[in-house]
Amino acid sequence: MSDGHESAATAADTVAEFHDSRRGFARRLQHTLHVTPSLVPLIVLLSAVVGFSLLLGERFLSPFALTLILQQVQIIGIVALAQSLVILTAGIDLSVGAVMVLSSVVMGQFTFRYGLPPQIAVLCGLACGALCGLISGMLVAIVRLPPFIVTLGMWQVVLATNFLYSRNETIRAQDIEANAPILQFFGERVDIGGAIFTNGVIFMLILALVLAYALRFTAWGRHVYAVGDDPEAAGLSGVNVRRTLISVYVLAGTICAFAGWALIGRIGSVSPTSGQLANIESITAVVIGGISLFGGRGSILGALFGALIVGVFTLGLRLAGADPQWTNLLIGMLIIAAVAVDQWIRRVSV
Amino acid sequence: MLRKTTTALLTGAIALTAGSAAFAAGHEPMSACLITKTDTNPFFVKMREGAEAATEALGIELMAFAGQFDGDHETQVAAIETCIASGAKGILLTASDTSSITPAVEQAREAGLLVIALDTPLSPADAADATFATDNFEAGRLIGAWAAGQLGDEAANARIGLLNIAVSQPTVGVLRNQGFLTGFGIELGDPNRWGDEEDPRIVGHDVTAGSEEGGRQAMENLLAIDPTINVVYTINEPAAAGAYEALRAIGRENDVLVVSVDGGCPGVTNVAEGVIGATAQQYPLDMARLGIEAIAAHAADGSLPETSPGLDFFNTGVQLITDAPVEGVPSISSAEGLELCWG
Repeated sequence: MSDGHESAATAADTVAEFHDSRRGFARRLQHTLHVTPSLVPLIVLLSAVVGFSLLLGERFLSPFALTLILQQVQIIGIVALAQSLVILTAGIDLSVGAVMVLSSVVMGQFTFRYGLPPQIAVLCGLACGALCGLISGMLVAIVRLPPFIVTLGMWQVVLATNFLYSRNETIRAQDIEANAPILQFFGERVDIGGAIFTNGVIFMLILALVLAYALRFTAWGRHVYAVGDDPEAAGLSGVNVRRTLISVYVLAGTICAFAGWALIGRIGSVSPTSGQLANIESITAVVIGGISLFGGRGSILGALFGALIVGVFTLGLRLAGADPQWTNLLIGMLIIAAVAVDQWIRRVSV
Repeated sequence: MLRKTTTALLTGAIALTAGSAAFAAGHEPMSACLITKTDTNPFFVKMREGAEAATEALGIELMAFAGQFDGDHETQVAAIETCIASGAKGILLTASDTSSITPAVEQAREAGLLVIALDTPLSPADAADATFATDNFEAGRLIGAWAAGQLGDEAANARIGLLNIAVSQPTVGVLRNQGFLTGFGIELGDPNRWGDEEDPRIVGHDVTAGSEEGGRQAMENLLAIDPTINVVYTINEPAAAGAYEALRAIGRENDVLVVSVDGGCPGVTNVAEGVIGATAQQYPLDMARLGIEAIAAHAADGSLPETSPGLDFFNTGVQLITDAPVEGVPSISSAEGLELCWG
């Protein structure tokens, strides 16, 4: 999966060429990584899996453990996909976790408080996510406020709304199972020879592929990269910057609502106190996934790999009997390393 | 022009402050503060209800504060400072960081406020004037003894997973955990830390942040270490609900004993439905009510609250709730527990 506008440049008719006199291995590697930005996190991910497999053997390298990692990262994985879209436009969304949990609360409360059919309640939850995204998107694109500030505010507003509206009530898994099993749809399991996939995991993988395709092969995807790289230039070349930005925030909000639906499947219940750290965890996944926080660079598959890297280290170190704080320490170092590698790769174009 | 406006505004502000200060001095209603870890956990919501009811009955004003999240220490320090500044007579405090909060508590006590720790003892416990809490060690001991009684002779071969709250090992978590192990008949290492036990029956400890998400993930981690776990201790009922989901995912929900602490209504309902085998119920409403009454008594005649016999705090009570009673472990049924539950 290559980075759209970079490869577009290399594939175009050669108007001007830069000849590089240094043709060493490092240089070639740098160039390869430059045109395939999700390669670095993929290499890190595979190395981590191999490393833990050698260290822990059967306990880690079993279909059960490996698919467990997928289950454990599904929520953050889905949220990280939403976060990637926003970050590709050089924005950041601090409200993802709050939007996710409010959407899940709407799905639960609309079913149990108002007696709506659960299918309708799910649609209302998804609409709730889209609406939150629409508000953020309009404030960023039309009022022209910085995304960091807008979503910092939205985070507080949405989270407070979530607590006020839900009255901090948890809806029990058993009640949901009896009355509205569709709310737990993403928790349903597919067992393939000891490997356990949930609908949530499958959804995350499909969504990642669909978004990767859309970003690479559709006009909308091109526009997202262009707006993230240089909104003024994009505007001058005929891209509708406002509409692109709003579409990204609405889509991100909707994806967060899907994450909220998947969250109900994962924890069984509807709990308003969930997802408190989803914004930080999703940004972590995106950064480790090699997507530039300055916008316009990186592959959305990287975000998925980033989330999986965190999941592999979390479970691997846990099985190795390490204190959970070591995981945090290591993830912190990975974040810094990921940005350092990103900077090194960028020098290829200088 | 701008300068004039600023001056006018400032003068107005000063006049307003002076006016309200004079009003407060002339009026002097007695006030008390309640500072909880969060205002989102039903346990603290119930605590606040208890405090509101008690202050209303005694004609005291209540100021309620809460951290933004569990572990939000800074907000609690600011709340204590605000209480001192407001001239309150006393503070009921559920501390997020039991040792770091002590300098701020010291300040409040020097300013003449009665500080009572609710639910979570400070470290050291005597940093507060008094502690009104569940006997957390006893809560743990009850569920541990119940689990051992349920297993009978099989307790010798039990595979135990323990789901705690956080790696920082707050006192409440340590007490419950060590109480559970003691009740089950397992030798402790350092009684002030969990995780250093030698007993081979312990598969491992993990942390949950006291939430469904954390409970599920921690249970999955422990099952990955040893899928034959058959006894699970959980710090609270949301964590227990999450752990149950993880067990259900591998089809083991019916052959694992899950025990917990809290006694919230969803948790007691889970006992009734067999999700949780037994839970130790605590009474946050009483904690807050007794705390407010103690502040009022102290303000009236300087009297300090007593401690329960044999303990260094006032025990607000704990009862085991289960529908499968074990001989020698006093308990009430889930139906009785539902009458007394909170949240």
